[in-house]
Amino acid sequence: MKKLLSRRNFLKGGLAATASATVLKNKDCQASGDFDGYPDSMGVLVDLTRCVGCRSCEAACNKEQDLPEPAKPFDDFSVFDEIHHGQKRRTDETRYTVVNRYDVPELDHPLFRKFQCNHCAEPACLTSCFVNAYTKTPEGAVIYNSKVCVGCRTCMIACPFYVPTFKYSSAFDPKIMKCIFCYDTRLKEGKAPACVEACPQEALTFGKRKDVLKMGKQRIRETPGKYVDHIYGEHEVGGTAWMYLSSVPFDKVGFDTHVPKEPILNSVKDFLAIVPMVLTIWPGLFIGFHLLATRKDKIKEMEKEKNKKNDEKEEQV
Amino acid sequence: MRTRKKVMRTALALTMGGIMLSPGHLLSMEVEDAPEMVTIESMANLYGPVEFNHLMHTEYASCEECHHHTTGDKVVDSNCARCHSNSGEGDEVTCTGCHETNRFNKDYLKTLESPELYHIDKPGLKGAYHLNCMGCHEIISGPTGCQECHTMTEAGERRFNTGTFAPAKGTSSSGH
Repeated sequence: MKKLLSRRNFLKGGLAATASATVLKNKDCQASGDFDGYPDSMGVLVDLTRCVGCRSCEAACNKEQDLPEPAKPFDDFSVFDEIHHGQKRRTDETRYTVVNRYDVPELDHPLFRKFQCNHCAEPACLTSCFVNAYTKTPEGAVIYNSKVCVGCRTCMIACPFYVPTFKYSSAFDPKIMKCIFCYDTRLKEGKAPACVEACPQEALTFGKRKDVLKMGKQRIRETPGKYVDHIYGEHEVGGTAWMYLSSVPFDKVGFDTHVPKEPILNSVKDFLAIVPMVLTIWPGLFIGFHLLATRKDKIKEMEKEKNKKNDEKEEQV
Repeated sequence: MRTRKKVMRTALALTMGGIMLSPGHLLSMEVEDAPEMVTIESMANLYGPVEFNHLMHTEYASCEECHHHTTGDKVVDSNCARCHSNSGEGDEVTCTGCHETNRFNKDYLKTLESPELYHIDKPGLKGAYHLNCMGCHEIISGPTGCQECHTMTEAGERRFNTGTFAPAKGTSSSGH
């Protein structure tokens, strides 16, 4: 009887824990969903109508971040015709930013699009990393710490823009290579990243995110017909530090227009909150259920054996 | 004394007469007031200075197309005209007078936070030059290549890995 009571208590405790975990989980969800980004974080507005494809930003990034020598000079524009695995050039371990050319049929001139880490307000790379190698700084940069990285490359899959790249040349000392908004050398001190400073056309405008967003809206409002009435990155994946203005629909210049308008984290948050609960409570709970369900059988078996013994005794007598 | 007064009076009359005779150009600057050639070199680093033929460019563009409302001519851009339709000649007509050389420095960015400031999106000096020049050159098929206006310096060649600093063929890879 004593044993049975303790079992019951155990089950009661299990249920209470489950209930409290569910309540706590909901509370946590709301807290992270309300994060609007750091109020004074910096941002960059990229105006595709201004970019002339001079690749000055690529050259500046290469020198600032001390990246390897490029295969072709930065004033070689044949790179715009390169196609790798059916794709235009993309960022990799040797370059944190690339400019690609897009020939849009309805325009008589090509458009150029600079591409790098967009520095999300709620980065998917950061939330997917189980060793916390990523940090979103109050200045707006998403930076990375190679010392704790184990090289699992989950961030590469989590990123909606396919930005983090792996340094395959040093797989035993894993390192993810991606734009860090020049955090160490510039942003930390309030300076604009090297690419922005190098841009001759001011196609890249650096400032507080809320200010450059205001500028973008002003440009759309004051030059009717020049831009598509949308700023890519204002709401995409919950808002990004780098935002874009374009004269043609964004899917025509290489942007993924199907990314959600909320942080990637939101699509997995409910599930992820359940994981600790499942791992800690479920084993005990179901062992309890199992013992409870098989209790009668055991008692029956014990009684059976008792009866058998009794029968044997009787036979002997 | 009397002669000097006379001279002054004549000069005044002549000036007044001159203004009355050209009513369309009230208080405005003339092409002849500007230098024929301007050397743009304040930011020369990766590229050398630009020898800008100001006189030649006055044949392609009117003053206000580049100098906005500062030369005293009526502005064409309706956005500018909202405030500057009667601004008259400005104290400053040079590009550096209004456009920040170090556009993204902390202190300048701070000034943009003022709620009374309308010009939150004024390009910096480098941006102003290039946007103005390139915008027009693309339309009238003027030179648009970097080195057609300014030649690359040694620092520029190092930055762009070109010329004497070009990568040796076949030694580096772009990776994936």
